[in-house]
Amino acid sequence: MTAVLPSRPAAPAARPDRPVGGRLIDQFEYGLDAPICLTWELTYACNLACVHCLSSSGRRDPRELSTAEAERVIDELQRMQVFYVNVGGGEPTVRPDFWHLLDYAIDHQVGVKFSTNGIKLDRKRAAQLAATDYVDVQLSLDGATAEVNDRVRGTGSFATATRALENLAEAGMKDFKVSVVVTRENVGQLDQFKALTDSFGAQLRITRFRPSGRGADVWDQLHPTQAQQRELYHWLLANGDNVLTGDSFFHLSAYGEALPGLNLCGAGRVVCLIDPVGDVYACPFAIHEDFLAGNVRDEGGFQRVWQGSDLFQELRSPQTGGACTKCAHFDACRGGCMAAKFFTGLPLDGPDPECVQGYGETALAARDADRTAPKSHIDHSHTGPVRGQPTLLGIPSIPAKMCDESPLAGMQ
Amino acid sequence: MTTTEPAAVDQDPPAVVFDPDLPWQRARSVAMRPEPFGALVYHFGNRKLSFLKSKLLVRVVEALEQHESVHATLTACAVPEAQRGAYVKALADLARSQMIERRELPA
Repeated sequence: MTAVLPSRPAAPAARPDRPVGGRLIDQFEYGLDAPICLTWELTYACNLACVHCLSSSGRRDPRELSTAEAERVIDELQRMQVFYVNVGGGEPTVRPDFWHLLDYAIDHQVGVKFSTNGIKLDRKRAAQLAATDYVDVQLSLDGATAEVNDRVRGTGSFATATRALENLAEAGMKDFKVSVVVTRENVGQLDQFKALTDSFGAQLRITRFRPSGRGADVWDQLHPTQAQQRELYHWLLANGDNVLTGDSFFHLSAYGEALPGLNLCGAGRVVCLIDPVGDVYACPFAIHEDFLAGNVRDEGGFQRVWQGSDLFQELRSPQTGGACTKCAHFDACRGGCMAAKFFTGLPLDGPDPECVQGYGETALAARDADRTAPKSHIDHSHTGPVRGQPTLLGIPSIPAKMCDESPLAGMQ
Repeated sequence: MTTTEPAAVDQDPPAVVFDPDLPWQRARSVAMRPEPFGALVYHFGNRKLSFLKSKLLVRVVEALEQHESVHATLTACAVPEAQRGAYVKALADLARSQMIERRELPA
């Protein structure tokens, strides 16, 4: 078995100069002096074991940034005028210093939006959050019903998330979000998600499922079919103004009408990821050594990585070659998602595996038989069974509470 | 085409009457981060982001507080006559998203 990594598009011999004026999207392709917003995963530890976890989280990494190191990163973000960060994990709230770092960031003009499965959001924390400015909470839910959600996120995870939503609503928290990764199993529930979210006075956010982390293992099973993608596109056209998307569905713009937001890959240009051990990757969906730009512990810190790393320099120019540039829809979808191509073994200057014009399917079929898709060696998945683990993979679930099942079950 | 219109990524619809004959200023809860093409503006209150797509527009926004009206600011910053309309429109957009605010003249 030979693993051949698809190469990044070759950087042009001389980097083209940034144009003056023109569209914002064209400017963004040349990068910014600091990210617009960055994702910062505080820990790889997580109480859940979601089948599609983009960061293969589960166990804490012993090399994770200390409280003092995390504070130094926040100081630097303040100096660089990064006005807010998306904090995630793992489950960020299981870090004992999570609430301290939240306050520290806010005190240093770095607003925080954090993603959580709700495990720590009891009434007291909900009240604390409701009383804090510049903090935004995002509850992850991948099914509008426990049945659909718990199959991928684990038994009891729907109940945990909805309890947290109740606590936030009761505490008078404003503008909190319900964040959904759209899969083959929940794409038919979009209206239900909207209704559920509305019932808590929250805002719905839906994002694209990528074959990153453990997501690669279940990609074939969970990514939306072509017919579902078309439905999703029409749903977004009809409801897009009231739903957040992280601008993640830009590959759907090739159906015709551009979706609201920035339709381009922002990796290393306007976004990036700081992982729990301080490694800086081009995007949250690209935890792989090929997209590792440096570490915040290196001399010069995050700023030097963002502004000076060879990888990010290379990503900061428009794509000029490859099959997609000849396509009539290239201006709409810009070739799609880098991470989705990479982790399905497709060349980065070719079509997205979910290309709505069908070129992705052709490209997937044409992959060399002896070529395997690159896999990240960074994996913090739980090694043993996890309480209430997801049933999608056909592994029998361990009851969330032992009392949920008769003590005599299986004994006759 | 060179446009100076700041494309607001998010827009808030509260009705703000933009009168370019009055004095304006960068809103006090707004920070501007210089970028190679212009600037990124961020409103700490409503958490909206906008972009100023030219360096001249950045200078205009910063200079608003020193002049008695938008028109006077555009003159002081030597904005070419042909682009005045585009700049007034850009500033009206910024007023709508609360990135600039009315300034009270000292009595």
